[in-house]
Amino acid sequence: MKKLNYLAKLSLAAIVISGFALVSPVNSEDLKVGFVYVGPVSDHGWNYEHDQGRKALEKALGSKVKTSYVESVPEGADAARVITKMASSGHGLIYTTSFGYMNPTLKVAKKFPKVKFEHATGYKRSKNLNTYSARFYEGRHVAGLIAGKMTKSNVLGYVASFPIPEVLRGINATILAARSVNPKVRIKIIWVFTWFDPGKEADATKTLIDQGADIILQHTDSPAPMQQAEKRAKWAIGQASDMSAYGPKAQLTAIINNWAPYYIQRTKEVLNGTWKGNQDIWGGFKYGTVKLAPYNKAIPADVVAMAEKARKGIMDGSVHAFQGPIKDQSGKIVVKAGERANDGMLAGMNFYVEGVDGKIPK
Amino acid sequence: MPDWLTPAILTIITASTPLVFAAVGEALVEKSGVLNLGIEGMMIIGAITAFAVGVNTGSATLAIISGAAAGAGMALIFGILTLILMANQVATGLALTLFGLGLSALIGHGYVGKTFPGLPKLDLPVLSDIPVLGPILFGQDFWVYLSIALAIFMAWFLNNARWGLLVRAVGENHDAAYAIGYSVKFVRMMTILFGGACAGIGGAYLSLAYTPFWVENMTAGRGWIALALVVFASWKPIRTLVGAYLFGGITIIQLHGQGIGIDVPAPIMSMLPYLATVIVLVLISKDASRSLLNAPACLGKSFHSSS
Repeated sequence: MKKLNYLAKLSLAAIVISGFALVSPVNSEDLKVGFVYVGPVSDHGWNYEHDQGRKALEKALGSKVKTSYVESVPEGADAARVITKMASSGHGLIYTTSFGYMNPTLKVAKKFPKVKFEHATGYKRSKNLNTYSARFYEGRHVAGLIAGKMTKSNVLGYVASFPIPEVLRGINATILAARSVNPKVRIKIIWVFTWFDPGKEADATKTLIDQGADIILQHTDSPAPMQQAEKRAKWAIGQASDMSAYGPKAQLTAIINNWAPYYIQRTKEVLNGTWKGNQDIWGGFKYGTVKLAPYNKAIPADVVAMAEKARKGIMDGSVHAFQGPIKDQSGKIVVKAGERANDGMLAGMNFYVEGVDGKIPK
Repeated sequence: MPDWLTPAILTIITASTPLVFAAVGEALVEKSGVLNLGIEGMMIIGAITAFAVGVNTGSATLAIISGAAAGAGMALIFGILTLILMANQVATGLALTLFGLGLSALIGHGYVGKTFPGLPKLDLPVLSDIPVLGPILFGQDFWVYLSIALAIFMAWFLNNARWGLLVRAVGENHDAAYAIGYSVKFVRMMTILFGGACAGIGGAYLSLAYTPFWVENMTAGRGWIALALVVFASWKPIRTLVGAYLFGGITIIQLHGQGIGIDVPAPIMSMLPYLATVIVLVLISKDASRSLLNAPACLGKSFHSSS
């Protein structure tokens, strides 16, 4: 009886597997890779860079992969529908590239155990679902060093989107680096509570400049802050992609999201069968996921040398953006001298470090 | 007077001007009894058309005129569908918005990454140099003055001009207007086209002056704010103007407050304009007689000469 049961289960499993084989022919010669984007690929920011990664993947692996994408997919129920459709139409690997796709991706991943999923910036994983992100704060560290050296007014202006750990990490990394080279630097932060509203981002930038900021940093997606900085003859750091088209004189450098190396490596792993689930991979300078745009020619050579030294130091591990001692706003030590913030603290960062004025909006 | 006040007011003016154009245009459309929910779509088409023309010709004036024409073109589609083919106004307006967002993305594909120098500002030798008031009153671009003039003209037009009274008659009671020999459809088509042109200019102002570049979806909901403004202002053009500046003002002052370090709950401040609209809507619907005085009686109703 027991044996029969076992056989029944086995045959059932075989049916299930062959069933999946029908809908998702994961043929190593022809892997279909799907991408889901939260905004338009022409946004010149977050989604644009993910799509650049997709294009690089096609170029690198040629006929072995076929890619497809769906853009401007709202987070929530629509996302589940789009991901399900991809999974059931023969895609063997699906990248969902926005935080809000976390639960829909997990749900669909459970339904399609043979399909591999990769979700950007989330924290829920399973056997066939990985999460990935990038250490953008490494770029912020270098940007902060340059900003600290280049500012004349000693006021940095920061256009921030939402008070979530990723954004707070960026602000803290920037001010820690800036104050390490110029203790007089202060940072003004304006929260616009949107990722993308060119008008509001421009208004926030004007406000920051009117209040004395001479270097603009942003954690929103449109090039409006860069353009306003150019118009008012101030400096700015580009976000997500090279924004020098919008600020040829203003852009000191830009922190570029370069997903290509990650996409190529993961996809190769699927092709040769070494892909594993339940992983959380953060790439940085070392991995090539974070890059810097060419430095502005107006930056003095010694500042460029300092920036490059930091970038290389981060790559070989001798420099860390969150090197202790670090105090929070109340003066309490959060990272002891000689220690570094671990990934757990970075992933859940919910405080301002010393040197930031104001409170985190609730 | 604090020294941040002048720049703050300058920022408010730029932020409010697109809203003034779109909302005053829509106020006229609604006064004629037509509810066009497609402002967002007309604005974004105006934005991309103006930007494309501006980049290719270098002429700001030509660019804005093209933006107005493109907005009117979108409105023409709406007019044909709702007036001649008798389609539902609400559904058609929503479709127009979706259509406009999609079409603008298609047209705009080659324009991502390009920039426009912006609009020339008025620069009067002595007046523009007056401290504080000079740059505010005499240092704007031509279209800012036009937007204010438009609101004042529209107030005069709707209350005093023969044609303005006709627009109102059509909006209040289209059967009566028709019975005494006026072409309801002609009047409505004219207001729809004018409203479309205004929305197009509003969009053009966004992509040429406010943030002079093109990205998809750059109107970011301003068409809907304009729509809310019309109700907020209870269909009165001057109040629409004031409302637009109030909306812009709240946003900018909130940003300045954050920069100075005043502990304002930013999400609540961002919510305020919408909250104000909801309150006005509640007040209007509470008192039926008052709403009848302001809201056009035939708003959103299709007109057919046989009915």
